[in-house]
Amino acid sequence: MADPNIKIQTDNLSVHYGTRHAVKNVTLGVRTNHVTALIGPSGCGKSTFLRALNRMNDLIENTRTEGTVMLDDTNIYAEDVDVVELRKRVGMIFQKSNPFPKSIFENVAYGLRINGISQKRLLDETVEHSLRQAALWEEVKDELHKSALALSGGQQQRLCIARALAVNPKVLLMDEPASALDPIATAKIEELIYELKQEYTIIIVTHNMQQAARVSDYTALFYLGELIELDETKRLFTSPSQKQTEDYITGRFG
Amino acid sequence: MARHFEQELESLKTTLIKMGSLSEDAIRLSIKSLLERDITLAEKVIQGDERINTLEIEIDNAIIDLLALQQPVAIDLRLILAAQKINNDLERIGDHAVNIAESAVALMKQGIKEPFFEIPEMGELAQHMLRDALDSFIHNDAKLGTSILKHDDEIDELNRKVVREFVERMKADLKSIESGMDLIRVSRNLERVADLSTNIAEEVIFIAQARVVKHHAGDESDSTIH
Repeated sequence: MADPNIKIQTDNLSVHYGTRHAVKNVTLGVRTNHVTALIGPSGCGKSTFLRALNRMNDLIENTRTEGTVMLDDTNIYAEDVDVVELRKRVGMIFQKSNPFPKSIFENVAYGLRINGISQKRLLDETVEHSLRQAALWEEVKDELHKSALALSGGQQQRLCIARALAVNPKVLLMDEPASALDPIATAKIEELIYELKQEYTIIIVTHNMQQAARVSDYTALFYLGELIELDETKRLFTSPSQKQTEDYITGRFG
Repeated sequence: MARHFEQELESLKTTLIKMGSLSEDAIRLSIKSLLERDITLAEKVIQGDERINTLEIEIDNAIIDLLALQQPVAIDLRLILAAQKINNDLERIGDHAVNIAESAVALMKQGIKEPFFEIPEMGELAQHMLRDALDSFIHNDAKLGTSILKHDDEIDELNRKVVREFVERMKADLKSIESGMDLIRVSRNLERVADLSTNIAEEVIFIAQARVVKHHAGDESDSTIH
C-alpha cells in the first residue's frame, strides 16, 4: 500500500527526446491535496517532467521514458494502463486556454458525453458543480449556451479548469496556467488553485517564481534536467538548502 | 473571491493583538504587584514573559513568510513592516514589566516601605498610553494614535521629577539608597513603556496614512514616505 500522503511518486524518472536527456533520474514525491510548484530556467525539464505524469510525452515522437511513476498504487507506465482513463484521473491545464469552439455548457459536458453520459439531469448537475468549483458559475450561469470563445482569457482558462474537473480527476497538472493572463485574472486563478487543493492534488509549472511562492505548499527546483531541491515552499524561499536554489531564486543565475 | 493573503494578514493582526493584550496584562500586573506588595503576583509576571517571547518569534516567522511568499505592496507592505516593529515594541514592553516585577520583589525583600511619589500616576499614564496605542492599531485609527504622542512629554517630566525626589531622599538617608535605586528603576521602566507605546502609535499612523512622524512628533515637518 502506498503512503496515502503521497499521491504521485516518481522513481528514477528519465525522459529522452531522441538523444537529448531532458529529465534525469528524478525521484520526487507529490503530496496529496497540496500544491507542488516546479520551477527552474527554460529547458530545465520541468514541463517535460509534468507531462510525464499523465503520459503526455507519449504523443511526442522519439520520446523514451524510463523509471516509474506511481499514482497511488499504480505504475502509470505499466503495459495494461488505459491512457485515456489515466488522463481522466490526472487532468491537465495548459498555458494557452484551449476551449472547444462550442458552447460553455458543451465544453464542460464534453468529457462526460464522450464517456457515454447523456442524462440531462446528470449533465446539468455536473456542469454547474464544475463551473462553481472553477469559480466561473456566477459569471456565466445565464449564458451557458453562448460560445466559449466569447469569454475573456481568464474566463476561458477557468472554463478549461471546469472542463478538467467535470471528469472527476484526482490530480491536476497545470503548465503555466496564468502566464497569458493579466494580473487580475492571474490572481483569480491563483485563488482558485488555493481553493482546489482541498479536493485535488495540484502540480504547477511556472516561470513566475513569485507565483510559485504565492500558490504552492511545496516547491521543486529543476536545473539541466535534474531535481536540485524539493522542500516546503516556506523553507525553500526563506532558507533553501542548496546554493544553486539560492542563486536561482535570488536571480543570480538562470 | 477573497484573497487568502488577506486572511493571512488578518491572522497576523489577530496574533499581534493577542501579543498586545499579554504585554498589557504584564504591565498592569507588575504595577499592581509593586503597589500592593504582592510577591506571588510579581513572580507570575516574571514567569509569564516566556509566553510573550515565544509569541514574538511566532509573529516574526509569520512576517518572514508573508514577505518572502506574498510580495506585499502599499498598505499591505506598510502593515507588515509596522507589525514587525510593533511586535518588537510589545516584546520590549514585556521585558519592562519583568524589570518592574523584579524591582517589586527586591523592594519587598528589603521590607522597607518607601513612598512611591509619582510612580502610581506614571503607571496609570503608561498603561493608558499603551491601551490607546493598541486600540489605535486595532481600529487603524491614526487620530487616536496621534493623541498619544503628546503624553510622552508628560511622562518624561514625571520621570525626571521622581528621580529628583528619590535622589533628595537618598542624600538625606543613606539607608534608602538601595530601595531608592529600585524605585528609580521602576520609574525609568515606566517611562520606557510610554516611549514604546508612542512608537506603536507612530507605526499606526504609518500604516493608515503612510506618514512618518517619528523623531518629531506633532511637528509640521513630518513627512510622507518618498
